[in-house]
Amino acid sequence: MTRRQLWMRFIQHLDMPLLLGLGLLMSASLLTLYSAGNHNFERVLAQGSNILVAMCCLWVVANLPLHYLMRTAVPIYVLGMVLLIGVALFGDISHGARRWLNLGVATIQPSELMKIGVPLMMAWYFEKHEASLTMRNYIVATLLLLMPVVLIARQPDLGTSLLISASGFYVLFLAGLSWRVMGGVALAGIASAPVLWTLLHEYQRHRILMLFDPSQDALGKGYHTIQSMIAVGSGGLFGKGYLNGTQSHLDFLPERTTDFIFAVYSEEFGLTGNIILLAMYFFVIARGFVITANASTYFTRLMAGSITLTFATYAFVNMGMVSGILPVVGVPLPLVSYGGTSMLTLLLGFGMLMSIQTHKKLVKT
Amino acid sequence: MNRVELKNHQQELFNFRLRLVISIGFVLLLLGILLARFVYLQTMRHDYYQTLAEKNRISVVPITPNRGLILDRNGVVLAHNFAGYTLEITPSKVANLQATINELATLVDIAPRDRKRFKKLLAESHDFETLLIRSRLSDEEVARFAAQQYRFPGVEIKARLFREYPYADKTAHLLGYIGRINQADVDRLEENDKTSNYRGTDYIGKTGLEQFYEDELHGTTGIEQVEVDSAGRAVRILSRSAPVSGNTLVLSIDAKLQEIAEQAFGDYRGALVAIDPANGEVLAFVSRPGYDPSLFIDGIDEESWKELNDSPDHPLNNRVLRGQYPAGSTIKPFMALAGLHYNARSPDLSISDPGFYTLPGNRHRYRDWKKEGHGTVDLFKSIVVSCDTYYYGLAVEMGIDNIFNYLSNFGFGKKTGIDLQGEVSGLLPSQEWKQKRYKQKWYTGDTVSVGIGQGYSLVTPLQLAHATATLANGGIGHTPHLVREVRNSGRNKSSLRGDQPGLDVKIAPEHLDLVKRAMIGVTQPGGTAVQAAAGASYAIAGKTGTAQVIGMKQGEKYDASKISERYHDHAWFMAFAPAEQPRIAVVVLAENGGHGGSTAAPIARKVMDYYLLGKVPDAVPAAKVTDAASGVADIEEEHD
Repeated sequence: MTRRQLWMRFIQHLDMPLLLGLGLLMSASLLTLYSAGNHNFERVLAQGSNILVAMCCLWVVANLPLHYLMRTAVPIYVLGMVLLIGVALFGDISHGARRWLNLGVATIQPSELMKIGVPLMMAWYFEKHEASLTMRNYIVATLLLLMPVVLIARQPDLGTSLLISASGFYVLFLAGLSWRVMGGVALAGIASAPVLWTLLHEYQRHRILMLFDPSQDALGKGYHTIQSMIAVGSGGLFGKGYLNGTQSHLDFLPERTTDFIFAVYSEEFGLTGNIILLAMYFFVIARGFVITANASTYFTRLMAGSITLTFATYAFVNMGMVSGILPVVGVPLPLVSYGGTSMLTLLLGFGMLMSIQTHKKLVKT
Repeated sequence: MNRVELKNHQQELFNFRLRLVISIGFVLLLLGILLARFVYLQTMRHDYYQTLAEKNRISVVPITPNRGLILDRNGVVLAHNFAGYTLEITPSKVANLQATINELATLVDIAPRDRKRFKKLLAESHDFETLLIRSRLSDEEVARFAAQQYRFPGVEIKARLFREYPYADKTAHLLGYIGRINQADVDRLEENDKTSNYRGTDYIGKTGLEQFYEDELHGTTGIEQVEVDSAGRAVRILSRSAPVSGNTLVLSIDAKLQEIAEQAFGDYRGALVAIDPANGEVLAFVSRPGYDPSLFIDGIDEESWKELNDSPDHPLNNRVLRGQYPAGSTIKPFMALAGLHYNARSPDLSISDPGFYTLPGNRHRYRDWKKEGHGTVDLFKSIVVSCDTYYYGLAVEMGIDNIFNYLSNFGFGKKTGIDLQGEVSGLLPSQEWKQKRYKQKWYTGDTVSVGIGQGYSLVTPLQLAHATATLANGGIGHTPHLVREVRNSGRNKSSLRGDQPGLDVKIAPEHLDLVKRAMIGVTQPGGTAVQAAAGASYAIAGKTGTAQVIGMKQGEKYDASKISERYHDHAWFMAFAPAEQPRIAVVVLAENGGHGGSTAAPIARKVMDYYLLGKVPDAVPAAKVTDAASGVADIEEEHD
């Protein structure tokens, strides 16, 4: 085998257009982190190693044939549920929420595992019953979604539970859940909202109202939104220039390497930069949809569609929160925010997309 | 068949593609919303935000509210704030901390205690926090430091409000204290979503009322938006929302009564609770010894902590809430009511007391405190002379289940629900409890000692006071509470804290009357507390009690002169007065006080005299007495 053949074998399961899109976003991440970390390479290097580790995992997953992927669905889901129940019973409390499970050697956050585990399980379930889908199957799939969501919401981690709900809903939607049912549930939800509202505690209502009016809590979470809106708005058409953001460098922006990194980017690169970033996201999402459309089996179609839509949702929620149109929930900007766990989860998902794209050809021949 | 499936497959694929197109539309919509938002913020509103960011860099500064005051029922101040100066260091701005502190010591007094406290704060704090090195600087010290300040970068004088408790150790167990917010407090605040209101606040209620009413006392933090220059210095105030001071707590406690009660204890350790039976208001709340709460406010140094914590007197132990003692004979009025309720004893049935009780078929003798016995004893006499034999038999006849049911109606074995944290529930034993705790069945022998408030049963002084007040009020017990009224500082609105009925014991009027009369008999000639009630112009219904500290072997005799003072019995006295129309219910526990009648009752008498008659006892506290003879003399002297 020549070196060229070896190389070809190494990259045969990587999807180049997708890889290009990911690479662009991750470059933007490193670039912005250098500025957000006050010209400090420490964060950049740490994020670089996060990317490296996650990329290795991506490669492994991309090289796994699809039937392996399907076989992991039930074990991952069951493991995730066991860990979530473990968290509910024995989890460590940090910042008032029970999210972490201390396994002696390491602490893990099982809700992160479920971001992939839930859509995987649901897609697997639909594939199993593909031949004869009835209403009952949709109900069972919904239950598979609701069990972990309720456990995570009780931790309490409302943000993650909503995002997992979204990724599960995408599977249901793509699996053909009837419009009538979706409309009915939506109507029922709207109709019951006033009743639910009266059932809430005073402080819970206050909390919800605060989500929509940040000035109510100008010292707490509202402070983040006010400052990040100033950063975005003052960026203008072309931005203040790389490394010249005042909001970030004068310490006004909180969490500027993690959840609020978009404010740093936006302040320094302006509307032009934002449009480029949106274009990069759209490129990745579009490629995801192409892979979804070409996917050969029911399972892979559902999985690819859900991964892509979930990715889009994360990006929308984060940028919406930083620019002040969505409440502050702890959602990082996918592929850009600093953080190893979310990088890993995302790239595992993209690894699956690549596997779906590249193994299909082998199946056909 | 095959064709149908194929067709279905085609149809499904079509449906899927349709939904995929809708998804793409959905994503485009989301991206469009974002784009529109960016255009709005970055072009249309750009100038506005540009101004905010570039010229006026706005900083949001919290303004700490004043903590609410705590007053007694007559408006006497029990906790207030006063302005003073502190000297504070920001460790991250100081190169050599030790040298700086030594240098500072040449200008202002820095005691070893201050240094130790600083070291502790340093270990507990985050970066960039300013830490206290000296509090309460004198004006002279402030002036001296101010002149030399240029030599000390990172050290500054701050004006702060200090919390002060004028009654110091006398109200320590009641008010508790505030202390610096630590990590555990931060976690709790985060959990309850209160962190934003605590920005700028350094202190939080740690124990007592300061802790229980933290939300009322803290107030609402104000916000000041200030313009800062590029170096972060404030240039101009843009907007300000004023802080709202914390609410004032008006207690049901009478400070003077509390003080008199404290003094009446003399050197005794113990507890006293006085309650208004009509509404559950706590009039006095004493746990002796107390401690100086101001030690804790800025973090206690290790030496003082050790001294308090290791003291055999346990000054940090809140005996009212957390002290658990055998009720001793003070349980007898309740046992008598139970006996009448279950028809185990008719009022006129008399037993003959030979000085001991034996269970059928068993030779073990349960002794009466009076060796030769009390002769013929009916229910009335059993309370007046505190006959043990009567209650041994009564308890066995009723059985532990009935005792448990009846006494729990009076709140025994349960928390009273007072507005303080950390209350313990005492112990009212039952078959079920023993099975769970010791994996043993209940023996009749266990019931015998429960009849006189010994054995497994334990009560807290607060529980006994609650039960006494309930008895005084004819069976309706109001949940004891310390705060009478919360006064809103800003709008002058005040809310009275309504009394909540907690207990409702159904007592037949003739049973109540009999037991009350017997309790009056206790304070009259022939009763166990006659000396303490001598000369009182109102009728006192009371009951004495003795709680054994060490168990006595069969046939062994309790001899106070032979054992160390720490093993002397605890003395109880419970009472309410005036007996016909009770206005106050008092429970006194004097640790190692010996007999209830000679040590605990006189303390209660002084409290009742002041509350009912306004009579202030002589300033000289009662001398500590060990033998009964001098104790009697002492008491008689007082009531001349």
